[in-house]
Amino acid sequence: MVLNFLSDHLITRSMKKYLLILTAVISIITTGCLKDDEFLTTDPTNLLTDDAVWKSSDLVLSVLADLYDRYPEQQTITNWAEFTNFDEAFPSEAGQYWRTKQVDYPTGWWSLWDYGYIRDLNLFVQKCQAANELGADARARFLAEARFLRAAIYFEEVKRMGGVPLILEPMEYNFSGDPTYLQHARAKESDIYDFVISELDSVKNVLPDDAGIKSRATRGAALAMQSRVALYAGSIAKYGGSTPLVSLPGGEVGISADKAPAYFTKALEASQAVITGGKYSLYKKKAEDLQENFAALFYDKSNNPEVIFVQDFKLKSGKTQDWTLANQPWSSAEEQQGGRVNPSLNLALQYEKLDNTFAPFATNNGNDYVYYNNPGDIFAGRDNRLGGTIMLPGTRFKGVPLDIWAGVMYWKDGKYNIISGDNFGDRDSIPVAGAPKSSQVVGTDGPVDGLQYSAQTGFFVRKFMDPTVGSGQIGTRSDVWWIRFRYAEVLLNAAEAAFELGQTGLSSTYINQLRERAGFTTQLTDAQMTFDRIVHERRVELAFEGHEMFDNKRWRIAHKVWNGENISATDVTSNLGKADRVNTMIYAMWGYKIYHPGNANDGKWVYRIVKPSNVTAAHRFNLGNYYSVIGSDILSNNPKLVKNPNH
Amino acid sequence: MKKTFVYIALALTAFACKKDNYDPPSSTLSGHITYQGVPINVSSKDVTFELWEPGWGKSGAITVNVKEDGSYSALLFDGNYKLVIPRSQGPFRSITNAETKTDTMLLTVSGSRDMNIEVMPYYMVRDAKLTLSGTTVNANCKLEQIITDANARNVESVFLYVNQTQFVDGTNYLARAALNGGDITDLANVNLSVNVPDNHSANGASGDQDYVFARIGVKISGVEDLLFSEVQQINLK
Repeated sequence: MVLNFLSDHLITRSMKKYLLILTAVISIITTGCLKDDEFLTTDPTNLLTDDAVWKSSDLVLSVLADLYDRYPEQQTITNWAEFTNFDEAFPSEAGQYWRTKQVDYPTGWWSLWDYGYIRDLNLFVQKCQAANELGADARARFLAEARFLRAAIYFEEVKRMGGVPLILEPMEYNFSGDPTYLQHARAKESDIYDFVISELDSVKNVLPDDAGIKSRATRGAALAMQSRVALYAGSIAKYGGSTPLVSLPGGEVGISADKAPAYFTKALEASQAVITGGKYSLYKKKAEDLQENFAALFYDKSNNPEVIFVQDFKLKSGKTQDWTLANQPWSSAEEQQGGRVNPSLNLALQYEKLDNTFAPFATNNGNDYVYYNNPGDIFAGRDNRLGGTIMLPGTRFKGVPLDIWAGVMYWKDGKYNIISGDNFGDRDSIPVAGAPKSSQVVGTDGPVDGLQYSAQTGFFVRKFMDPTVGSGQIGTRSDVWWIRFRYAEVLLNAAEAAFELGQTGLSSTYINQLRERAGFTTQLTDAQMTFDRIVHERRVELAFEGHEMFDNKRWRIAHKVWNGENISATDVTSNLGKADRVNTMIYAMWGYKIYHPGNANDGKWVYRIVKPSNVTAAHRFNLGNYYSVIGSDILSNNPKLVKNPNH
Repeated sequence: MKKTFVYIALALTAFACKKDNYDPPSSTLSGHITYQGVPINVSSKDVTFELWEPGWGKSGAITVNVKEDGSYSALLFDGNYKLVIPRSQGPFRSITNAETKTDTMLLTVSGSRDMNIEVMPYYMVRDAKLTLSGTTVNANCKLEQIITDANARNVESVFLYVNQTQFVDGTNYLARAALNGGDITDLANVNLSVNVPDNHSANGASGDQDYVFARIGVKISGVEDLLFSEVQQINLK
């Protein structure tokens, strides 16, 4: 009404009148406000004040929920493409091929300087300490949880940046014009590790010792984190000497070698506290099918004994995740998308045969192919974690058989020729006399080179995939949790710490538990425990759980694994199980159906190793990638900060 | 009435533009990274140095890339700069500047300027001879050790790279031969040879290219960036 009235006047009447009306309206509005004496002291109706929050444990819990939600991650199921950076998997989405086309990792890629989060945690700690109106137990638990989260962010900072300023109080600016008292120098790398370890020591006895709590901090979560943190510090101390350029004279980067045994001892103690605590154990609910058992360990959310600390999701709550939507095979897809994370052949080859030996998949026999009756036969007799981590040709997802094969090899003119299609499940006529007019020439799941959502490496990811109907629908999505800490990693941490302390007997005991669960019947002997073995076991057990890059970094082998040199198909299949084997380019293994009527091999399957055409560059991890670059804005805000090396 | 508004708006826009704009940088600083005037060849896109222009609010470096042949160029505003080569960059060490007594060099840019930056390389590749015999590229060179004091470093390995393009280095090569530093008996006579792959001329990307490029790379232990000889074109026919 008023607007119409005004605009009418704007057009029809003189300017003078318009101004008069405007002045009148403004004066009415302003006097209306001024009438209220309490204008500047009225409590807001859309947010809660500190006073109100710190009386009610329900409200404090919602503040804490936000802090939990900001837990730092790099590779995680809500960020699928990050899993395709380090040759563990190929990104089968048109906009992501650059990840296999660029040589260098930018030095700021996983840079982290989250003092906003640290400040919020410090504020929470400060206010919680003063909150007398909360129950003593609730208050102690909240406080311990915030300190646990603060330890987690500092661990993430030190992993990526080295020593950072250790700020444990919320700092306030006094508007004096001189901010120098807010500028703090970087702590030593070892100081941050020591801080995190001691924080976890003090909160572990306050946090509930309850294996049923998965999404909030528990004693188990604190110990599991401590075992990982101490292990990281120990290996940086031990292996840092092999990259002398990756250090700073002030100790902000680099830990002296003599500290290694103490850290490894601490890592072993923390791991053993979880192991002997008896609250957690390996997931073995589906012992009749060990592949399914390994897959179920990640999606089974009821009474899961292995899971220690997670980021949880809930259907119909707005907090769901789309890992299954992003990665579902085309054959059982519930939307017109999926199949993005394609595990590399490089990773698949890491899984041993059940007789404890490494061997490439048998594709060739001399100059001829090896012929298989079923597509899945080539993968038989392997570590069950292979099929539990990766969807293999010949298996099923959501009850639907996967259809992964690249084409038909038909016999003509005394040799095999290949016919294939350029879309999911394409049909064509095989150019041989007597062949049917139209038959399928490529799998419903691909692989078709360059076709997004198809299995371009010949594999899909299985870990964290949700077999529930609807998990691949945009409107439903999935509530499978993201596991941050689980019992198997604690065993691996214990095994590595024991190995580094020279206790190979203890080390093999822990590793053999995992291998037994994976289907191995012959135990590893103490003499077989080597550094290569430790690295290998972590690689196959913890694939797609965000460990690969940070592990290679702390062992100081990242610059050898990703050295920027091209690798051939022969390189991919050799030196399996070596810790520092070069892994710069993703390879694929594609299956073909034989069409050779009248021959014994007709209808059988063969495999070829190929390089997807979108893999053009060999990845290179430079010394400058070991510790991320500190942005120039941060450096110029605080002249006390020293730069990280090799930038 | 309406027209007045339009005129005012136009006038404001025009003024705003004029006030915000100033001339783009027009002075080129260029030259080579040299040792005694001889350019030091490095790998492509790996070696950089920094230019700092003090006096502005926040400080941030202008990063200048050094090309394969050791040359560089930067388009700059006139002014006073500080030039520093970060310690981790290049197969060489900075020379202490006489003026600043540190590795920082003071620099005045006023109009275009050609300037070589002298550094101390650990080694120099001298007299690199790359010849073709059959389908094999043979290389011979002399490695002259320049830094011989406490900062001296050993040769970790020597490589001979062959590529289809002029970018020839550790991440851009078609074929490569490597020689372990420990296996070199005489630094003054280093020999390597590499076979040019048969398929290179049939490769779709290059068509019937009947030449390749080659150069020698030296990995010095404890130094990330490699030192190279000059790129040479090798005619296959």
